[in-house]
Amino acid sequence: MTGLGLADGGGPVIPNFGHGTACLRHNHWFCPSWVHEHWGDILQPALVQHIYLTLISVSIGFAISFALALIAFRFGFLGPPLGAMSDILYCLPSISLFLLLVPVTGLSVTTLVIPLVAYTLFVLYPNILAGLRGVPPEVLESARGMGFTRLQTFWRVELPLAVPAIMAGLRVATVATISIATIAAIVLYYGLGGPIFDAINHPDIFRTELVAAGGLTILLALTADTLLALLQRALTPWSRQR
Amino acid sequence: MPTEAAELVFDEATKIYPGRDGAAVDHLSLTVPAGDICVLVGPSGGGKTTALKLVNRLIPLTSGDIRIDGTSILKQDVVQLRRSIGYVIQQVGLFPHMTVEANIGTVPKLLGRPRSWIRTRSAELLELVGLDPSYAKQFPAQLSGGERQRVGLARALAANPPLMLMDEPFGAIDPIVRARLQDEFLRLQKEIRKTVVFVTHDVDEAIKVGDRIAILRQGGVLAQYDTPQRILEHPVDEFVADFVGRDRALKALALKTLGELELSPATEDGLPRLSADTSLRDALALVIAERKDAVLVVGPDGSPLGVATREDLLR
Repeated sequence: MTGLGLADGGGPVIPNFGHGTACLRHNHWFCPSWVHEHWGDILQPALVQHIYLTLISVSIGFAISFALALIAFRFGFLGPPLGAMSDILYCLPSISLFLLLVPVTGLSVTTLVIPLVAYTLFVLYPNILAGLRGVPPEVLESARGMGFTRLQTFWRVELPLAVPAIMAGLRVATVATISIATIAAIVLYYGLGGPIFDAINHPDIFRTELVAAGGLTILLALTADTLLALLQRALTPWSRQR
Repeated sequence: MPTEAAELVFDEATKIYPGRDGAAVDHLSLTVPAGDICVLVGPSGGGKTTALKLVNRLIPLTSGDIRIDGTSILKQDVVQLRRSIGYVIQQVGLFPHMTVEANIGTVPKLLGRPRSWIRTRSAELLELVGLDPSYAKQFPAQLSGGERQRVGLARALAANPPLMLMDEPFGAIDPIVRARLQDEFLRLQKEIRKTVVFVTHDVDEAIKVGDRIAILRQGGVLAQYDTPQRILEHPVDEFVADFVGRDRALKALALKTLGELELSPATEDGLPRLSADTSLRDALALVIAERKDAVLVVGPDGSPLGVATREDLLR
């Protein structure tokens, strides 16, 4: 593990407030010098890992949700049981789910990804399904009446019209994943949760590290949300011109 | 663009929904001559929309047959059949995520027409339905109800189908715009001469729009199929007479113009002057209001054609 003032030989992480700047010695809320000094060895790697973790989890979660939503859309009776399943997964406390998986998948990124994927299903699956089912009946009727095949109706009408709902789900799922992923560090030092737990584990709570890593998490969530919102606007020019 | 219309024949067409008492459409037999507008009208439960949807097989026939230019709809691929029939519904059902141009180009695109063809055709159709070409790049959400229905009509016409099905196309539009759309539709029909099946629950619209009217009663039974004039003047039974209304005599007057009367030579002065295309109903209203016994009918240039007396109007 990396951290501040790590004693030689990998002993317990104890803050060495005595040798830092005045800001650090007094454990102020934010010391720019520390952030500057440890951007390269602590914050940046954690940020990159966090982005990676989020991308993988949301992508896998989206693929699974999309497949499940398609099945439920095609076979209507499967909708409620699949929905209940994703609800139940969401009800499991995230910390216990991370810890439960350790004996199965070990101390690996997989152990972090599985629970995160499970949580995205809760948001993505119902959103995708609602989007596909939300196409106005008169639009479907005119499509059928004009000679669209079932597949053409799906690709040219139902799927494009579901994009706003899908994107809304994707935004919520991404922001939630960025947030929940910090908890994953309880299992494995990975992502922005690493420095956050480090800071909390100091006897006095190392404030600068907490604020820096926490702030980066918030910033990442806001950036991701904004980018997805822009993507949604680009994908659905028809929904904003009213 | 060459336009040929198709003859449409309902031959004992019947629809019975399983688990429901009685038929929705009961042995319906009628022939719509090529290029005519046939209006299906009747109270709700009369099966008019069902009858319409039997034609493009949105609802499957239980028994009987429907033929378009002699070919049974059952012998055609259902997707090809639908692409060959124009379809307009009350809620229009434009694709909200497509521009007006893409909406109009829907069926041509399904039929594999190139993009440039669709663009030209779409501009042509926008003009035909009375919309500015600048509408091409707009989205449906930006249009008013009347404009949307015009685009819906243009979309149905895009592949130049010989047959059009229109299910209460002007039903959701306010009365003033509706009257204008009806007028424009009739003007358009004079140009394009499609065979049209038009469903409405509004008798006045049926009389105005239809070359022929089929009145359906409860249970999808055909009560009368005739020209508007004959239905108003000779309703076959109480049901039809009731349905067209007590003022059917006045409605019949509205169908004829002064120009169709045999006029007596113009002699008297001081009569109200009316042009030859005025309806008898309007002429009669004027005669009553002005307390006159006759009107002077004039041609488009204002020259007197003759006199129509009160008796002539009421004959």
